[in-house]
Amino acid sequence: MAHKSIPATGERGVAASPITQKRRRSWLRSDMFIAVLVLTPSIIAVALFIYGFIGWTFYMSTVKWNSQVPDFTFVGLANWERLFSDRRFHIDLRNLVYYAAGFMTQCIVFGFIIAALLDQKIKGEAIYRTIIIFPFAVSGIVTGVAWRWLMQPSTGINLLFAKIGLENFQPTWNSHPQYGMWAVSIAAAWQFTGYVMALYLAGLRGIPNELREAAAIDGAGTFATYRHVIIPLLMPVTFTAIVLTGMNSIRVFDLVSAMSGSGPAFATDTLAFYMFQSTFGAYRYSLGAAIGSFMIFLSAFLIVPYLMSMRGEVER
Amino acid sequence: MQSKRVVNRRQFMKYLGFGATSAALMAACAAPAAPGATGGAQAPAQEAPAQGASGENQLEIFSWWTSGGEVEALNALYAIYSEKYPDVEIINAALAGGAGQGGNMKALLETRMQGGQPPDSFQVHLGRELIDSHVIPGRMEPLDFLYEEEGLYDVFPQDLIEIASYDGHPWSVPVNIHRSNVLWYRTDKLEAVGAEPPTTWDEFFEVAEMLKAAGIPALAVAENEPNFSGHVFETVLVAVMDPETYRGLFNGSTSWESEQVTQALEILNRAYDYANPDYLSTSWGDINDRYVADDGPAMMIMGDWTHGVLKSKGFTTYHWAPSPGTQGKFIVLSDSFGLPKNAPHRENAINWLRVCGSREGQDAFNPPKGSIPARTDADLSVYDEYQLEAMEDFKTNILVPSIQHGAAAKQSFVLDYAIALNVLATTRDVAAAQAQLIQAAEDAGFGA
Repeated sequence: MAHKSIPATGERGVAASPITQKRRRSWLRSDMFIAVLVLTPSIIAVALFIYGFIGWTFYMSTVKWNSQVPDFTFVGLANWERLFSDRRFHIDLRNLVYYAAGFMTQCIVFGFIIAALLDQKIKGEAIYRTIIIFPFAVSGIVTGVAWRWLMQPSTGINLLFAKIGLENFQPTWNSHPQYGMWAVSIAAAWQFTGYVMALYLAGLRGIPNELREAAAIDGAGTFATYRHVIIPLLMPVTFTAIVLTGMNSIRVFDLVSAMSGSGPAFATDTLAFYMFQSTFGAYRYSLGAAIGSFMIFLSAFLIVPYLMSMRGEVER
Repeated sequence: MQSKRVVNRRQFMKYLGFGATSAALMAACAAPAAPGATGGAQAPAQEAPAQGASGENQLEIFSWWTSGGEVEALNALYAIYSEKYPDVEIINAALAGGAGQGGNMKALLETRMQGGQPPDSFQVHLGRELIDSHVIPGRMEPLDFLYEEEGLYDVFPQDLIEIASYDGHPWSVPVNIHRSNVLWYRTDKLEAVGAEPPTTWDEFFEVAEMLKAAGIPALAVAENEPNFSGHVFETVLVAVMDPETYRGLFNGSTSWESEQVTQALEILNRAYDYANPDYLSTSWGDINDRYVADDGPAMMIMGDWTHGVLKSKGFTTYHWAPSPGTQGKFIVLSDSFGLPKNAPHRENAINWLRVCGSREGQDAFNPPKGSIPARTDADLSVYDEYQLEAMEDFKTNILVPSIQHGAAAKQSFVLDYAIALNVLATTRDVAAAQAQLIQAAEDAGFGA
């Protein structure tokens, strides 16, 4: 959460320096000048290496470079047309919806419940916290391989089900041609829930006790307190969690790559995996660039409202 | 008035701060999202230190050989090289496969080649994979001189040299030969139902019915992700077509719309009825374990690396035959090494290719790899029963190139082809699969 500390520092910097008439006139010594000076290198780096290459990728998506021989003939939106009429792309969008719905719901619901439980001042809280957040430290590849084994229909979790008398409950998990993506979202949520829990825990710690006491005095029970006081107060945290898990859903690659690749008939295919295969498997650079650009636009749909709301908060 | 301005400036700082936040967030999301452009540019730069020392006497070899017998085989080649050229330091840049046939290694190799920083030599499937990926873009040196100096024209079969050639020049030195169309059958299971190994697909389905009655899956399939069916299907194509028609699929003289392609697709589609029932959950990496299990499938159509894998598992109740309908035909795939333009240590690379093409090199490499030499004058004493049989077939059979393993068609086609068959395995729709194959052939430039 490095980015959280940036605005905090900026704020402190302003608050710490008493503003005087004299200082304002000599802008050279002003905070703003220093701030711009300090930020300039990173602004240049970001402009060049992020936005520059985003622009380049978009440009690539409008040329004809779909073999290993570079070809910069302008073809307009031909690659985009090809992409939008591509069956695999349609399935990828379906998968994105499945995955995002499953993954975000699990992360946020379980993350919140676990955080609320840990917030009850229980003994050994630090240990539980560590255990729960630990999967987040595991690489997506490791998670993917482990869950691939777990979800192997004839040797994985299903064996356990059979042992406890559920012989008829033998799902095919991530190799289900239609709903394989839900299974992948379970593995992903296992990994990411701890992180969302940490977000919520920090949020819960930030809620002053007076508010809970006030709610209690007003006659609110535990459930009502959560429903009407705590959950609304945690909205900014929820919003952050939605943006983070949403971004993760759009770009998921490593986990899928390790679990089953594109899966049977693209059951577990994602945009990122499609892009990787198009670009480095089939050397369709322009098509790959179109997929990449599409993912950027998709991310923007999440990020822009987030930034707007942040802006709103700042102005308030 | 004054206080209002203070607030404004403070606000501005906040905006700036949030600007940085958003930039960081965008960075976090954009970095993995844009390798189409950035990955290509950054990876070679990252590799640069390895190249930085190019003044030294080194030899950098790229391959996707990282497991078991492969490493042993590669090391055997290195040992011969080091003996002959003791001053050269060998850098083994092997990178495990990943998504498909050497996927990760190929992706990294591609960024190096595009960035103009090739390794000294690299492993590549003989045939169209090398030609379309690197020869046509003008990144390789022709090897006529080496073939002449080393007398390779006389020791490689003519069919093989044709697969290696483009524009009248050979472009790489094959170090081994694998056969794709082998039927590995479990002797215990076929005996249990009193069946002989099938020699045609009609016989296959008869045997499969007998096995089905006994509750045994007939054919091993691992279609959790594309590729396995692609391998099986090329053997079916070769079974229903004569070699000339099959070769014509990749130069436009045979149409992918043809009746024979439909027939082949129908055979494969029918075969799924007799496959291990969880074939959509089984991955290529797991299939050998399934095959050797007591309740495993009775037959598997797979390349002859399977022999080495089964041997290493200590499994013995199996034997082999050409896959149904392919007697007298040898679907060939081969690993080879080429010479990139601007190889940092060109002399060392050429010497490496000499070792790869030499009889000594091939006889050291192939026994541990489980393959057979591309040369027809090998030392027969170092090979096992299967390999000796395969070597005899290699000399006498008609050689046709493998699709799935990069000999017959370019990589983008192989990907589309494998995906079309993966969809067939899932949806069981022959017409749709054929439509996809036709589309793929058109896209690859050999639609008839």
